[in-house]
Formats: sequence, structure tokens, C-alpha cells
Amino acid sequence: MTETILVGIDGTEENRRAVDYAIKEAKQGNAKLILAYVIKWSPYSFQTAEENEERHMRREEEIQTVHKRVLDPMLESLASEGLDITGVVRHGQVADSLIYIAKKHDVTDIVVGRIGEKSINTLVFGSVVSKLIQLSHIPVTIVP
Amino acid sequence: MKKKSIIGGALALLLLMLMPMLAFAGEAGGGIDALVNKIFHTVLGPFVSLIFFSVSINGVSFPLIVAWLLIAAVVLSIKFEFVQFKGVKHSIDLLRGVYSDPDNPGEVSHFQALCTALSGTVGLGNIAGVAVAVSLGGPGATFWMIIAGLFGMACKFTECTLAVKYRNEYPDGTVSGGPMYYLSKGMSDKGKPGLGKAMGVFFAIMCIFGAMGGGNMFQGNQAHQMFSNTFGLFVDSGWLFGLILAILVGAVIIGGIKSIAKVTDKIVPFMAVLYVGTAAIIILVNIAQIPTAIGVIIAGAFAPKAIAGGIVGVLIQGLKRAAFSNEAGVGSAAIAHAAVRTREPLTEGYVAMLGPFIDTVIICTMTAMVIVITGAYNIEGVSGVALTAAAFQSVFPWFGTLLAGAVLLFAFSTMISWSYYGLKCWTYLFGESKTSELIYKAIFCIFVVIGCSASLGPVIDFSDAAIFAMSISNVIGLYMFMGELKVDMKDYQARLASGEIKRYK
Repeated sequence: MTETILVGIDGTEENRRAVDYAIKEAKQGNAKLILAYVIKWSPYSFQTAEENEERHMRREEEIQTVHKRVLDPMLESLASEGLDITGVVRHGQVADSLIYIAKKHDVTDIVVGRIGEKSINTLVFGSVVSKLIQLSHIPVTIVP
Repeated sequence: MKKKSIIGGALALLLLMLMPMLAFAGEAGGGIDALVNKIFHTVLGPFVSLIFFSVSINGVSFPLIVAWLLIAAVVLSIKFEFVQFKGVKHSIDLLRGVYSDPDNPGEVSHFQALCTALSGTVGLGNIAGVAVAVSLGGPGATFWMIIAGLFGMACKFTECTLAVKYRNEYPDGTVSGGPMYYLSKGMSDKGKPGLGKAMGVFFAIMCIFGAMGGGNMFQGNQAHQMFSNTFGLFVDSGWLFGLILAILVGAVIIGGIKSIAKVTDKIVPFMAVLYVGTAAIIILVNIAQIPTAIGVIIAGAFAPKAIAGGIVGVLIQGLKRAAFSNEAGVGSAAIAHAAVRTREPLTEGYVAMLGPFIDTVIICTMTAMVIVITGAYNIEGVSGVALTAAAFQSVFPWFGTLLAGAVLLFAFSTMISWSYYGLKCWTYLFGESKTSELIYKAIFCIFVVIGCSASLGPVIDFSDAAIFAMSISNVIGLYMFMGELKVDMKDYQARLASGEIKRYK
């Protein structure tokens, strides 16, 4: 069975190291690669009626923007690597979404960068990475 | 950049239009109030008396419009087999996202649609309205308020399902819905396009008036009163208070400045939780007195002492306040609920019916319990917000400041919600162009200033009348569609039972 590696991407410079690492791993193990971008979204946030009305349109726009600015250029730049690479864009909480994608595509390893969160929120509730480690059912690789 | 200059232009225009009025209000004091009041009284007085046409029962006047709403609530409860009790578990499952497709995240959730709609109804009604009911009708009014709230859930269920079923969806993915759309679209499906259009237009006009009045001027007026009484600021300069409020409202609805809306959206739920939490603490601390308080409420409901009109008087006060507070049957919240993303209109009905429960059965009852437990209702000559404040302050002296803040924020969020309801009706009547939207929004902001600067008795009467007038065409619509909806509901329940509608959690 071929392995599948899931990489969380956010379009930052630091994140690129995680992508590069995942590529190296994928080449060694002849694995498939999934690049996942999670747009932060909570179904429990409060919105005005006007925001609700436009939500469907905005959602489409957000997904388009991620494709245009981050995912598509990255897929293009990786085309020459000769790997089976696909991209996913999904709304939700980062850790939960990565785990959902991992389960859905029978992923064998999740690779993420150390996401630079330094807010109070992170101190109190823990970072995306620590949540990912707690929730994940498969190995998680953190690329510093 | 271009957007900013438009906003700037609109605000400048607004200021320019307000200048003469403000100068006049500032110098002449009551002059403009008197004029406005006179106009409203002569022109619209007959309309107000028509809507609030009352019969006298046991010496207490009973507005027929309240009976109109209550009868609708009872009829719909029976028609839909008391869905408000049987369907609550399903409502909560829908809120939790049990039936939301996990492969399609990022759309408006049921939870969000409910919160948005609640921000339009939770407010002064829950704080001041309850106190009015208890001071006029005694503790027993609480009991009838709860009963009315429970029946009202069926009205909300019906109107919000219809709003989703007959909404307009546009190619760009935006949606417009609400009673004016289901009245006109649904009735034309039934082969009565003329009647449907007439009812839709009537609803829309009344909704715009209601938005300017009860959803705007009344809110601003009460916020100003509370603010000036508590902090001693803007006492004689309501217009300035109004202007600041108008600029904030304008920044959100005209400027689309999300940060202000975001701030209030964060603080309002916090305030609501703090308010309910404080009430809960007061009730828990006095837990030994709860049986007595419930006894007082039940006894007061059936055998009141020294209340004008006896049992009928108590009943009327409770019913009236419940109708004012949760707006079930009025059709306003249906406009907000129409925006949810769902393939099944009924799911929104199930979720929306929790609105009156949270609004009337939980929040209003908490307020009433505090007033009864603390004995504040025995204080002579105190009513409205002041009574609620007195009850809370007898336990927590600092509560007055918090309450002033809460009233201000609730007023603001109610204004934002109602500005949207009015806007949807405005665009229903005048077309969905940016210019027409801007005209409406500018008018809305002007009315904020007017509402804060004057004591507007007749104007408020008129706006209350307009809000209740919405229910005339809306409730007729609910009766006409209930048969069709019953078929839909049976079909939905069957698919739910067979597992055709999938659970994801």
C-alpha cells in the first residue's frame, strides 16, 4: 500500500521548510502528498445578518483566493518533482480539519511547521500543534 | 480607496442634513419634539388606535392584536403536533451540527443564524418589558408569559421554515428571504399573485416603519435615558448622544466596518451571559426561596390579589409582554433566518423555534424570578428598567453600571438587526441597487439621532403599531401555508426516521 503524507500549508516562508521535508520523505517512501490549507472558521462565531447573507459568496471567494495566491503556485512549483501531489482547501479549526482530511484520505503521516502563534489564546488553550499531537491517531512530524 | 470616499461622502451628507435639525433641537429644546409628536399624533393616531383596537375585559383593555398572535400560536401548535416539545432534541442536534455535511464547512451554520436572529429580539424587552409586566400584573404575569412563549415557538417554527423555503437565491450566492418573499412567491404558486403581492408589500412597508421606530428610535431613546440616568452624561444633549450612536451605526451598516460589528458581536453574548449569570447567582443564593417564589407566581397567575382586572388583567400583561419580547408571529426574525445554508427548509424552523424559548422562557423568566425573589416588585412606584435595576442592585450594588452597559449594547445590536430587516423590505419594494440601499441606510442613521434627542410618545406608539401590523399579513400567510408545511414536515420526519437524512456525528 502506498503511503500518503499530509502537509499543512499556510503560505509563509517558515512553512516552506515543512513542505520541503515532506517532499523528501515522499520521494524516499514513494508516497503520495496532500497539501492542505485550512481557512480559519468557526460555526459558533457571531455574525451580523448581512454577513450571513453573503457568507456563501465570501466562502467561495476565500477558497479562490487561497488557490490563486498559495496553493496553485505551490503545486506548479512542485510539478517538476515527479510526485503524486494534490491540494485541499478547507474551512475550520486547523487541528480538527487536518485530522478530518487525514482520516478521509487514509493519511499515514501529518507534517506541519511550527506555526508561529504567540497570542494569549495560545498560552491558555495551547497551540494548533499541541492540539494536533493530542488528537492525532497517526504520527505527526513537526518541522521547526 | 474609492469605498472610503463614498463612506466619507455619505457621512458628510448625513451631517449636512442633520445640521439644521440639530441646531433647532439644541436651541428650541422641546420645539421639534412637539412638532414631530403633533404630526404623528394627527396623521397616524387613527392607525395606531386601529392596530391596538382593544376590548375592555374586567376593566382592563385587551388589544385584539395580542389575541390574534396568541390564537395563531395555539392553532399552529396543534397543527404541528406540538413540535416545540417533541422536536427540541432534534433542534439541539441541528445546532450541534449533527446533520451538517462535514465535507462542506464554512457556510452559515444553524447556530449562527439563531444567534443573529436572537440579537434582534434579546434586549430591552427582556430587561424592561418583564418588569413592566410584573409591576402591572403582579408576579403571576410571569406564568402567562412563559405559556405564551412556549406557544409562540410554533409561530417561529412556521415562519422561519417558510422564509427558507421561499427565499430568493441569486447567482452570486447571496440570498434574500422573509415574509414579504414567501407571501408574494408562495401565494403566486397558489394562483393568487395579486393578493400575495399586496400582502407582501403591506408587510414590507410596516416592517420599514417598525425598523425606524421600535427597531431604532425606541432603542436609541431608551439607551440614552439609561445612560444619562446612570452616568449623568448627555443629560440635556441627547442629540449628541444620538449623533455618536448614529455614526457608529453608520460605520457598520454604511461603511461596512466589520470591526465595530465584531466588537459588539463579541460583547453582546458576553453581556447576555453576564446578565443571565448574575440572575442565576441571585436565584441560587436564594435557593431556599425558590419554592415560595414559584408559589407566589402560580398563585398570582390564577388568584391575583389587588391587580386591576383580576385574573384576566394578569393574563393580558403576561401575554402582551411575551409578544413584545419574542416577536413570534411578527415575521421579523424570519428575515434573518432565511440566510442559513441548508437544503431542508424545515431544519431552520426547528432551530428558530428555540428563539422564543431562550428569549421568553429562559431570559425573561430569570429576570422575573430575580424581581420576585428579591421582593423588588413590592416597591411602590418603580417600574420598567428601574425596577429590574432595583431588584439586581439589592443584591449586587454595582449592577446598575453593568445594566446601563448592557442596555446600550443590546440597543445597538437590535438596531443593527432591525436595520437589516428594514433594508431587505426596502430593497424588496425599491429594487436591490447600491444607491437605493444607501438612501435607506442614511435615513436609518438620521432616525437614530431623532430617537435619542426627543421624548417621542406618539412616535413610539406608532412604531409599536407598525411592528404588530406586520403580523396581520404574516399570520394570514402562516394560516394559508400551514397545510402545505404539514405535508413537508411529515415527509421530513419520515426521511429522518428512515435515515435518508444522514447523521454525521
